[in-house]
Amino acid sequence: MTSKIHAAARVAVLATLVAAIGPTTAARAQDATLLNVSYDPTRELYQAINSSFIASYKQKTGKTIAINQSHGGSGKQARAVIDGLEADVVTLALAYDVDAVQESGLITPGWQKRLPQNSAPYTSTVVFVVRKGNPKGIKDWPDLLKPGVAIITANPKTSGGARWNYLAAWGYALRQPGGDEAKARAFVTELYKRVPVLDSGARGSTTTFVQRGIGDVLLAWENEAILAVNELGKDKLEIVAPSVSILAEPPVTVVDKVVDKRGTRAAAQAYLEYLYTPEGQEIVARNFYRPRLASVAAKYASQFPKVKLLTIDEAFGGWTKAQKTHFADGGVFDQLYQPGK
Amino acid sequence: MRRALTEPPLVRGALLAVALVFLAIFLVMPLVAVFAQALEKGFGAYLTALREPDAWAAIRLTLLTAAIAVPMNLAFGLAASWAIAKFEFPGKGTLLTLIDLPFAVSPVISGMIFVLLFGRQGLLGPFLGAHDVKVIFAVPGIVLATVFVTFPFVARELIPVMQALGNEEEEAARVLGAGGWQIFFRVTLPNVKWGVLYGVILCNARAMGEFGAVSVVSGHIRGLTNTIPLHVEILYNEYNFQAAFAVASLLAFLALVTLLAKSVVEWRSGRAARPEAPVREAA
Repeated sequence: MTSKIHAAARVAVLATLVAAIGPTTAARAQDATLLNVSYDPTRELYQAINSSFIASYKQKTGKTIAINQSHGGSGKQARAVIDGLEADVVTLALAYDVDAVQESGLITPGWQKRLPQNSAPYTSTVVFVVRKGNPKGIKDWPDLLKPGVAIITANPKTSGGARWNYLAAWGYALRQPGGDEAKARAFVTELYKRVPVLDSGARGSTTTFVQRGIGDVLLAWENEAILAVNELGKDKLEIVAPSVSILAEPPVTVVDKVVDKRGTRAAAQAYLEYLYTPEGQEIVARNFYRPRLASVAAKYASQFPKVKLLTIDEAFGGWTKAQKTHFADGGVFDQLYQPGK
Repeated sequence: MRRALTEPPLVRGALLAVALVFLAIFLVMPLVAVFAQALEKGFGAYLTALREPDAWAAIRLTLLTAAIAVPMNLAFGLAASWAIAKFEFPGKGTLLTLIDLPFAVSPVISGMIFVLLFGRQGLLGPFLGAHDVKVIFAVPGIVLATVFVTFPFVARELIPVMQALGNEEEEAARVLGAGGWQIFFRVTLPNVKWGVLYGVILCNARAMGEFGAVSVVSGHIRGLTNTIPLHVEILYNEYNFQAAFAVASLLAFLALVTLLAKSVVEWRSGRAARPEAPVREAA
């Protein structure tokens, strides 16, 4: 028995060593590694960007780099970076989440001015996903309030994507002839009365709508909607673009404290700038995000329906204000969403 | 006891049927569903999903974590249960309660404890940062969280066994002139070996399957800090259902092996419990 235990211990130690050495030697082949901490639906986008950027960087500088990815809810990811997840760059869903990282001292103030267009190399918006053939005849925001329509969206308190949904609805009602804060509030209140399931994340509500077959219309990121329709069946779902929606600008930035400590600033900077190049923008469009570069936008125009897009700054006075007014505890959303009433 | 056996056959049959239907619905059907989904696109696709580099990295990390956590908790469990069962000392009750702590708190809280301790803004964060030691969002954090969650398994399994055995054999060995280590390896350990094995099997199953605590401290870096359960969740959220269930089937398979090993151990220990076996075997 004694010798058996010794043998077992030896095997365990050996296995441990082998497993521990494996990854270390693999990492040594690179000149540098970058960690990109991002939000949920960007995996496919950054996988494509990474392989393309690594090749281009090698060609330009002769250096081989590797890029690791981490994905999760935007707020959760920001939290992890604040708690010490060593991200060289963050590419999150909302400027608000990057601001949270900045407040912890990891990113210098004024980060949003460091790259063109509010540091958002691609944009997206909120669209509707309906069942094939659009049986409830949903074409624009007012149709959501038709009798018998069940709406699926996530909880704006926890989901970045759901906040865009909420603000898009609010912005639409506000911009109607004769629209004001009171009317917008009434519209959004009515809308949330028609939500049978309030999931905590955007992917969760997509699954509720598509897999579980609940609801008549799903409010979703445009890229998420196109992806879901492509992955889960063009014969089951359709995308409807409303007349007015919101311009979502997912921002990217370098995490100053981390790149200075690790000596990766040049590579991290080049990585984010690559997103703005024609090649980067092409990949962006192929992954269903709206490109910024006019030439690429023109090429993929048919993929993205024409929608009047409101910006968060013009309609809500910026993220900090919108967050405080609408989504803080006791804010407008808490007042108007009272389940069971 | 006797009265229960004289219940009418109808009642006995009904009770048995209820139990079996319940088992079928809640245990067998989900298990079958996992394997059915995993093999939905054929065996080739199943293997491809497992060979994918990120999946392979997750499998490696899970094995590494278990290879560290299980021996650590084996050593601790043996020491703690020996101390608790064989000796009287002040604070014994407190030690017993502390061992149960990981059972009592939610795994998510366990993970957050480590973030509070080792996070950048945590208690030891500045010190670790200054010395460039990464604990959370890296492999050490995952191992720590796993060790914490699986802490009670071996100890909890061994304490009752050791207590039931009593001290007589150890006292006899002492009288015959055996030293402390000699007594431990030649008397105590052979007596509890089946309990040890049972604890290790359960500890290992939990170490490989842990989700909550590991999720909090992992940082979810693909190919680096994702364990099998975390990788399954990621694949599922990416609409990659077949691959998710293919990887999940590894865990289901582990569960089956665990159950099988557990039954074998129970059967063997049942035989070993008969009077003549253990002491002589060790000598």
